[in-house]
Amino acid sequence: MSDLKEELKAKIIDQLNLEDVSVSDIADNDSLFGDGLSLDSIDALELIVMLDKDYGIRLSDPKEGRKIFESIQVMADYIEAHRTK
Amino acid sequence: MKEVYINGIAAISAQKTFDGSFLENIEDYQNTLLIAQHPDYKEFIPPAAARRMAAGIKMGIAASKIAMKEADVEMLDAIITGTGLGCVIDSEKFVSAMIDNKEEYLTPTSFIQSTHNTVAGQIALGLECKAYNFTYVHSAISFESALGDGQLQIASGEASTILVGGVEELGPHTVAIHRTIDHIKTEPISIAEVLNSETKGAVFSEGANFFVLSDHKGKNCYAKLMDVVTYNTIAKERLIPIIENFLDRNHTHISQIDVVVLGYNGDQEFDDGYRMLSNGIFKNIQQVFYKHLVGEHNTVSAFGLWLASKILKTKTIPESVKINDIENTEPRMVLCYNQYRGKNHSLILLKKC
Amino acid sequence: MAITGMGIISAIGNNVAENYDALYHEKSGITRIDNIETIQRDAIMVGEIKFTDAQLVKKLNLPSSNNYSRTAMLGVIAAKEALFNAGITDLNTYSTGLVSATSVGGMDMTEKYYYQYLTEPETQKYIESHHGGDSTEKIAEQLGIKESFVTTISTACSSAANAILLGARLIQSGKLDRVLVGGTDCLSKFTINGFKTLMILSDTYNTPFDDNRKGLNLGEAAAFLVLESEAVIKAENKPVLAYIKGYGNANDAHHQTASSEFGDGATLAMQKALAVADLKPSDIDYINVHGTATANNDLSEGRAILRVFDTAVPPFSSTKAYTGHTLAAAGAIEAVYSILSLQNNVIFPNLNFKTPMKEFYLEPETKLVERELNIVMSNSFGFGGNCSTLIFSKEA
Repeated sequence: MSDLKEELKAKIIDQLNLEDVSVSDIADNDSLFGDGLSLDSIDALELIVMLDKDYGIRLSDPKEGRKIFESIQVMADYIEAHRTK
Repeated sequence: MKEVYINGIAAISAQKTFDGSFLENIEDYQNTLLIAQHPDYKEFIPPAAARRMAAGIKMGIAASKIAMKEADVEMLDAIITGTGLGCVIDSEKFVSAMIDNKEEYLTPTSFIQSTHNTVAGQIALGLECKAYNFTYVHSAISFESALGDGQLQIASGEASTILVGGVEELGPHTVAIHRTIDHIKTEPISIAEVLNSETKGAVFSEGANFFVLSDHKGKNCYAKLMDVVTYNTIAKERLIPIIENFLDRNHTHISQIDVVVLGYNGDQEFDDGYRMLSNGIFKNIQQVFYKHLVGEHNTVSAFGLWLASKILKTKTIPESVKINDIENTEPRMVLCYNQYRGKNHSLILLKKC
Repeated sequence: MAITGMGIISAIGNNVAENYDALYHEKSGITRIDNIETIQRDAIMVGEIKFTDAQLVKKLNLPSSNNYSRTAMLGVIAAKEALFNAGITDLNTYSTGLVSATSVGGMDMTEKYYYQYLTEPETQKYIESHHGGDSTEKIAEQLGIKESFVTTISTACSSAANAILLGARLIQSGKLDRVLVGGTDCLSKFTINGFKTLMILSDTYNTPFDDNRKGLNLGEAAAFLVLESEAVIKAENKPVLAYIKGYGNANDAHHQTASSEFGDGATLAMQKALAVADLKPSDIDYINVHGTATANNDLSEGRAILRVFDTAVPPFSSTKAYTGHTLAAAGAIEAVYSILSLQNNVIFPNLNFKTPMKEFYLEPETKLVERELNIVMSNSFGFGGNCSTLIFSKEA
């Protein structure tokens, strides 16, 4: 599980081009949207593609994404439960 | 009809111009492509926003901020930009991903960023400016279309402060395909060789040039914008009558023009249009050019306007831009003429302010 | 500003008469896509013009060496009709300009030959057709517009509305006697996939302003208007189809692709147009709304309409359920539809509507309504927060 969390942090930094952020800067329970990393709706769409491409989880409604991407912990839990890859 | 003043300017180009200097130290290139000398964008754009931005958007935002600072304005009545090819880097990213991945796993960022009006939109977003916002995309008159629109609004009293600018970025694939059709020089060329080059194609480049237009003379005023016109085509024998007519409509005459800024780009196929004027009606006028220093791209004529503005304000003409050498105490009227590949001609008339 | 001619080609007709006929008889043009091979085929519906590129080339009698993109060909068809409709045979009698609009440009060819450009010389002719100004240049070429003011606007989905707005100002200021204004966009894999990544495409018929709306259907189209000055109208004794009474452009300045919650940009655009027209909200008889059927637009636009019109919202409908969202051309085809509404005193229905949105009480017209119309408002809102409104009137 902790491997997955580290993997997610690295992927987020890479996919969203967060140049000044390193893996150690992101705590498992930091909120990704809003106050924490300040990601926005475009980032949410990017992460939805990542879920599909890397973990085989396909979301049909973008609104579902906001709940899943609440924090690294929440994301990791969801992926563990639903991944097909 | 109100007067239109240029109160702030900014140029990000292949020469070091973003700092407001005036071509004192020329970078002598020998290339077929010129990359811009970029400022530190961290000064202008927060990292959270910059992470998504390709070169063009960054250049546009930075140049707009520099021009606005110089003009000492914080709010605008309009934001009008011009770009020939738009956000090419992001377009290329999206198209290639689409083809390479057979339409799967595509991500939205590059699609969103590829829209032509992204630069104007981002400038508005940064300033929370809800005013008129237009983007023109018509090859070599993209910038002049924006300039003309701005001029019209100020002259008619519809607006009092307008930001206009031209932006172009280099995308690797776009460059590669333009090479296949000989739009780009096949052999590197030095800046000294451009004017009399006998080969086809031009040296491509990227850049952003922004101006603040106003209905009143600011403390940093550069010039008065008298008029700007564009023509999609001009038959060879019509060029001189059109120029004379343009000047006449603006109550002036060739004999009153002190400096003419020409868009020579070293493309042997199309520079003849300028040569005819250089050896003819402009023979006794100080002629300058700039594309040898900053390359060719659809909105580079905005750099020509930057040059003209600087000449009028500083009352000096850098040696590096001179085509001929005519005694001139103080330039008062400057004419800019540009065309690209024999089409999309533009004339801009400036007067000292 | 007098409108003396119009031309259009869309999923519901190849000219003005055919479009009107479809609108009147509630015949939508939304189908599965046929002309483009895409994996998205079964997941989307589109407003497609059922001519292949080869058929368009033939229709226009273009030589095989041509390098016309689909966008250019559609534009030429509509522009030619507009000029003909305006009874213009000699362009040189008055100073004539052309302001077109596009977002796709020649991308339909670029995406086809992207890599082949590097290795197959016979595809390279399309390299020069990619840029935004190319389709405009082709229209100018076909119409014989030379030594003139010709330019192109690209502000996403408000592009053609902005072209019309600029044209009106050019006539108003006396810079031109006559101007052809409009826009053109064709379907492309680029836009299909691009909008797919934003998750705002519906897999079924689009339902503007409906609570259960699932997103937009992309469309392709071209439309042009001929605007002429008062002096020309008088001199030529020309019939006028309608007038551009007001126009306004404003920016939402909220987010790159989403509209602000309460439609600031949209509100400002409508207010500006009313101010230019010197009209009150109560003077508007009908609104052809942007109504793309995305969750975001319809909510934002609805709120903006309520801010401007308060409790007296005029009848409104979105014609995108007929044609799909034709991107840069939308403002122009909907201008044509607004003029048809005025000429025929007809409000076209907002097809597919079933359930009003929860957030407010706004119900579009769901049936064809025949009633006297004098002033029609048309909205077009695009990415980059670009919001434009045009107001058309029957009388000057």
